[in-house]
Amino acid sequence: MEMKTNSGQQGIGCLFVATCRRECLLSFRRKSDLVNPLIFFLMVATLFPLGVSPDPGFLAQLAPGVVWVAALLATLLSMDALFRSDYEDGSLEQLLLSPQPLFIVVLAKVVTHWMMTGLALTLMAPLLGMMLFLPAEGVPGLMLSLLLGTPTLSLVGAIGAALTVGLKKGGVLISLLVLPLYIPVLIFGSSAVQAAVTGLPLGGYLALLGALLALALVLAPLAISAALRISISS
Amino acid sequence: MSEQLLTVHKLFCERDDRVLFDQLSFTLEAGEIVQIEGQNGSGKTTLLRILSGLSRHYEGDILWRGEPVEEVREQFCRDLLYFGHQAGVKAVLTPEENLRWYAALSPAIDASTIPGALEQVGLKGYEDVPCHSLSAGQNRRVSLARLYLSHAPLWILDEPFTAIDKRGVAAKEQLLLQHAQRGGSVILTTHHELGIKGPVRKINLDQLAGTSTWR
Repeated sequence: MEMKTNSGQQGIGCLFVATCRRECLLSFRRKSDLVNPLIFFLMVATLFPLGVSPDPGFLAQLAPGVVWVAALLATLLSMDALFRSDYEDGSLEQLLLSPQPLFIVVLAKVVTHWMMTGLALTLMAPLLGMMLFLPAEGVPGLMLSLLLGTPTLSLVGAIGAALTVGLKKGGVLISLLVLPLYIPVLIFGSSAVQAAVTGLPLGGYLALLGALLALALVLAPLAISAALRISISS
Repeated sequence: MSEQLLTVHKLFCERDDRVLFDQLSFTLEAGEIVQIEGQNGSGKTTLLRILSGLSRHYEGDILWRGEPVEEVREQFCRDLLYFGHQAGVKAVLTPEENLRWYAALSPAIDASTIPGALEQVGLKGYEDVPCHSLSAGQNRRVSLARLYLSHAPLWILDEPFTAIDKRGVAAKEQLLLQHAQRGGSVILTTHHELGIKGPVRKINLDQLAGTSTWR
């Protein structure tokens, strides 16, 4: 009996790793999907000094919110591609008919997607902070909040992507479905950065972001799996 | 008396207010090959998607080895190989990478048999070429290589011979026959004249209320 559960766990681990490896290969061979969200992130943040005001004091005030909104939109932009190519070439059908737990495959796909977008955005964020005159004290808070917040954005966005994958033009619909759900993450994320800038403790905000992440990590893959089954069924 | 694998009882499916089939009942025994016939739009693909469990838009009962298929979903998925309209081949991956992914998805497949399967479908030497550089037929072959890897008893194949050349079709027909002789069963749709020397049962959807709306 013990042997059996062991081999089962190993199988699931192998599946997780195999899925991650495949997704990495896919994104590195289709570099545009990899780079586009990052360029978008940079460009959105560039628009604010040009459009609002180049005044450093004013921008510093704006910076936490702007970086967070830009990261949120960049994640949203990349979400539509998550299941679309699998849907179009029939891999998604094969995925749903596999005897392996869909939860694991879906989780692996979202985790890899996050590493390619959310993690990259987090690493790029200090650059944007500098562009927007974010005080240096705010940078650790910015990175930590993005590190905890962007996986939640990816997980929730994937639910929207799974629901709209069967539609010809799902892009706009995803935004409408998912943006309201992003609001709590945005509020706690940008508040954490503001707290870091003013020197207040950010433990509370980070704990809330962590709680949101834990909740999304457990529940979102179930919702994504169910949504994929509905999308494929119609 | 051979074993009954799949039992379909009074299946009804409607699409866009058009009845595709009604009161469709049949059983599939181990060792049988069933060809679903019908004109374009008669619901062949829909039927195969329902049987494989992808589509839930139906009324009626589907039993797998005597149990409702919803209750034995995991075992059913283990026993099923589905070949759909789209081949399920990733264009940026090589044939070998594609098949490795399938091996990860179904634990019964032994990854070390992949090179042999690729050789069988005539893709030896193409292992490291990305699939977007292969022809349409070769892409279908990548997916058909799963037939050589699989140990699943039930094969559901939707137009498996599209874009495959004559020699390839003959080899696949031989493979289907071997599969049936081993005690597996096949449900397929095809517009080819099957050259299988053996019992092939045909189910014609046109006669099954497929065209009822304009009769």
